[in-house]
Amino acid sequence: MTGYLLKRLGLTVLTLILLSLIIFLAGQVLPGNPGREILGPFAQNSAVQALNHSLGVDRPLVVQYWSWVSGAVHGNLGTSSQFRAPVSSFLFPALGRSLKLALLAFLLVVPLSIVGGVVAALNRGRPVDRAISVTGLSLATLPEFVTGVVLIVVFAIELKWLPVTASAPPGSSVPTQIRYLLLPAIVLVLVLFGYIMRMARAGTIEALDSDYVRTATLKGLPRSVVIRRHVLRNALLPTITVIATQTGYLIGGLVVVETLFNYPGLGRLILTAANNKDFAMLEAGVLTIGVVYLVATLVADILYTQLNPRIRLQAAD
Amino acid sequence: MADEELRDALPGLSPGGAVVGLPPATADGAVGAAGAVDVSARRIHREQLRLLLRSAPFIVGMVLFLWWLVCAIFGQFFVPYNPVNGNLIQFNLAPSGAHWFGTDSLGRDVLSRVIVGSREILIVAVLATVLATAAGTALGLVMGYFRGLIDNVVGRIVDAVLSLPVVILAFLFVVPVGPSARTLILIIGLVFALLIARTVRTAVLQERDQDYIAAARLRDESGAHIMFVEILPNVAGPILVEFTVRLGYAIFAIATLSFLGFGITPPTPDWGADIANSAQYLAAGYWWETLFPALAIASLVVAINLIGDSIEAVLIR
Repeated sequence: MTGYLLKRLGLTVLTLILLSLIIFLAGQVLPGNPGREILGPFAQNSAVQALNHSLGVDRPLVVQYWSWVSGAVHGNLGTSSQFRAPVSSFLFPALGRSLKLALLAFLLVVPLSIVGGVVAALNRGRPVDRAISVTGLSLATLPEFVTGVVLIVVFAIELKWLPVTASAPPGSSVPTQIRYLLLPAIVLVLVLFGYIMRMARAGTIEALDSDYVRTATLKGLPRSVVIRRHVLRNALLPTITVIATQTGYLIGGLVVVETLFNYPGLGRLILTAANNKDFAMLEAGVLTIGVVYLVATLVADILYTQLNPRIRLQAAD
Repeated sequence: MADEELRDALPGLSPGGAVVGLPPATADGAVGAAGAVDVSARRIHREQLRLLLRSAPFIVGMVLFLWWLVCAIFGQFFVPYNPVNGNLIQFNLAPSGAHWFGTDSLGRDVLSRVIVGSREILIVAVLATVLATAAGTALGLVMGYFRGLIDNVVGRIVDAVLSLPVVILAFLFVVPVGPSARTLILIIGLVFALLIARTVRTAVLQERDQDYIAAARLRDESGAHIMFVEILPNVAGPILVEFTVRLGYAIFAIATLSFLGFGITPPTPDWGADIANSAQYLAAGYWWETLFPALAIASLVVAINLIGDSIEAVLIR
């Protein structure tokens, strides 16, 4: 068990190192001459060199990578060139706001999609199943801003039920904040619903077709008990993995949703950094998304092994 | 001999000669003909095509896709108004007989822009997906056939790349280089190549232990010959499915990048960029400028998914 976990942890760290290399290459090597980019084509060469020196980009790549990574590990993510202030003082508050939005979406989508998947599986092949499956999968393939725009038109502009932006006035109460966050959260829910629902449906169908469910039915257990005690407990295990994978994408999808709804979270911070060629901020933001994804996947893996007695006991031998 | 011919002819046939997923009519035909050697690849393909043409989702998807293809190629000849230069006096007009989809904030006819807007996104998406499929297939064949170091190294890189959503990843690389059609094609092509390589690798792993590969080795055929002449035709099914799935995701990614301002840039008519520009007027009630391009993206993405799902249902499973 411990061996498996250590191996899993090692793989995550290795992936993280590779990821940081990719981000470093894109953000630090591809721009070429950052001093020239910032100062423009008419600046003197000496000024460009002086700026490159103060930014530290005239050092060998290995040294640059090492100082970036070791800084990031210590919580020093560099200096934002647009705000002339430490990246971390913007990144962490923005991450907090994004997590608030993501949490609301998560609380809505998990129960909804599991119920949807189980209902579809119990009615396999009937119109209910087809309606849930087709709707879920079509919504999942649409870009967030497409569903977002349609929702804004219908619920914010025509029906006037919810506000157009996501930022509640400062100092609002929690229910007001939730009211403002509801529409962007629903956009995320619509995108994620299809993936999680499909997994829950597949898991339930597999459990329904199993021998132990047949035995439970044949020994005369009521259908509700069979479903609750035998089907659901086995069906929902693989769903956990998908939920974790989708959490990572949830954070990624925030760029679009936060832009559309004007919400000052991590996604919009990354977009502003990109527009202003603020590479330190951009790299830190993208790295944060990667870390959130990798941690979520790792947690799901550990949960999976803990909840599945077959793996837990086999590993204990 | 007959067996080998049958295997070559049927990409959807699983190893033991069991006919899975093909409808009873074909199965009987193929099994009955196994003795007599009159089963040609052409006949199987004709049968698969006939099944495809009888499935309603495929027809609907194909009609929609062909409509956008016609718009992309000939749209400029049948648009009712000039899509780039509008009539500045007639701005923000609601849909009417003269302007079916209304006009935007610069007085441009929304219907004309929606028709012509299909062009750039289709060109970029198709080229990126073709590049990804070619490179990914070659890489996947090498990974699956030779295994070993290259398989391990590329596998780890794919894991790292996958820990970021495609849009964020493309974003990271587009920002330093600057948005252009060529950049988009290269970046999306390379990222998707890694994903396709993974699928092809899995398919190749199932083929490499077959007898026909051992026979080819005994005949002293070169590695390249075995990979591209012996294995490739047998993994064509999954590659075709992967192509349609990736085409859908490419459109998703390009539209999203354009929406964020890092994809197809104005003044080229583009759905994503148009939505980004007009979304700011949503609150003022000018919903048509945003809704119709959004529906255009939705219909194209859904069409490609319908086509992909139908091909998958006929070829694989």
